[in-house]
Amino acid sequence: MELLTPGTGLIFWQLVVFLALVFLLAKMAWKPILSGLKERETSIQDALDAAEKAKSEMAALKSDNEKLLREAREERDKILRDARSAASRLQDEAQALAKKSADKIIEDARAAIQTEKQAALRDVRNQVAQFSLEIAEKVIRKNLAGDKAQKELAETYIKDLKMN
Amino acid sequence: MSNNPKIPVSASRARILGLVVMLLAASILPAFSQEEIHSDSARHEGTKEEKFNVSEVILEHVMDSHTWHFFEGHYGTLFLPVIVRSEERGWEIFSSRNFYNEHHQVQAYNRYTLDHNKILLNEKPVLDLSITKNVLMLFINATLLIVIMFSVAKAYRARPGKAPSGLQSFIEPIVLFVKDEVVKPNIGPRYEKYLPYLLTLFFFILFGNLLGLLPGAANLTGNIAVTVTLAVLTFLLTNLSGNASYWKHIFWTPGVPLPLRVIIMPVEVIGIFTKPFSLMIRLFAAITAGHIVLLSLMCLTFLFRSWAVGFGSSVFVLFITLIELLVAGIQAYVFTLFSSLYIGLAIEEHGGGDHGGEHH
Repeated sequence: MELLTPGTGLIFWQLVVFLALVFLLAKMAWKPILSGLKERETSIQDALDAAEKAKSEMAALKSDNEKLLREAREERDKILRDARSAASRLQDEAQALAKKSADKIIEDARAAIQTEKQAALRDVRNQVAQFSLEIAEKVIRKNLAGDKAQKELAETYIKDLKMN
Repeated sequence: MSNNPKIPVSASRARILGLVVMLLAASILPAFSQEEIHSDSARHEGTKEEKFNVSEVILEHVMDSHTWHFFEGHYGTLFLPVIVRSEERGWEIFSSRNFYNEHHQVQAYNRYTLDHNKILLNEKPVLDLSITKNVLMLFINATLLIVIMFSVAKAYRARPGKAPSGLQSFIEPIVLFVKDEVVKPNIGPRYEKYLPYLLTLFFFILFGNLLGLLPGAANLTGNIAVTVTLAVLTFLLTNLSGNASYWKHIFWTPGVPLPLRVIIMPVEVIGIFTKPFSLMIRLFAAITAGHIVLLSLMCLTFLFRSWAVGFGSSVFVLFITLIELLVAGIQAYVFTLFSSLYIGLAIEEHGGGDHGGEHH
């Protein structure tokens, strides 16, 4: 039974010591410990937040880079496309120009040929006429060599005239 | 009072463990009461060798005393100061050595007599504020707590924001455990006000329990005066911080039919007192039972005076000591847990007040 009856002295000391302990530890131990823990907690949380932020910034940067890259690629493609079309246009133009000048040369040549041809034909005609005249002269000269022939001719003419 | 639904599983596990320890104690003790009879009869034969009263030895170790007995011999006993006050003679302080003669037998001193650790003056009880074995143990416990916690607190001041080291890394997880697993979930958002008390309570009980397991140490936390003081402090803290809703639930439980309210009221009023009472008994019983089991097992050797029994009981003592280490932590945890729970229930805000029957 003595085990179950609390002693007054021990209750008194327990109360005094325990209350003093609560007071002392609250002021001198729990306060710095708990505030230290809280401080560390916030610093860890801050570090985690900062890491998270850096991560998201990195991701944003990466996506920015990708966007830039994509834009650059598109730009390049556009330039290439433009260049290609410009080149083909230039080629077409050059071709057209070349064709035109070739046509002109051909045309000129044709015209020159025609002119030469006309000139040659005219020449030939003149020469033929020359030759004809010469032949005719020779023939006439031979035929009218005697009087008799001249007379005959004159008669012929007269006959012609008479007949008219 | 039924079990509260909020109690975590580990608490009930702790209870089961405590129960197991007590059952062990209960199964072993009857054997000793028989032995006691034997040794009692042996005592009548007179020689000092035969005089071995198990129950006396165990109770002497478990209970408070005005001397601290370590071993036989002239220097084996520490005589502690006696502080008494009586109507007749006022305050008086003297050494408890005066109560013992050279053969270590109790004698009267200056008309004071020592009867079963109670000091009487002329057969009348006096106010006894002596520094007894348990009071000294209490001082040792408090000093140790202050030394350890102050050095830990210094580490936080010296190295703010840094990872814990040394003693700090041993204490910190316990503080965090009490704060985050015991106090916070049970008290709720306004837990910080109660944290210093509950942390002190936890470490006081834990250190007391562990120190009590040391050879020769006093059974501080297994003394009912200590547990009753702690339970009363929790009782006061609970009821002084109880809000209107807490008292309304006790005296006029809302949401319950009128006749039931009349029945519930006395049950709730009794509940106010059974809560700290259970705290008091649980810690006292668990620790004292553990000590009794250990001492009984040790006494087996001296009763049988056999090497085999000595070896067997040593093995048992080893295992029970390991269990006691567990119990030391569990009882500190349970006391703190239930204190938090009671405070939490007292300061809990009820929204509409129409959900009676939620408690108990």
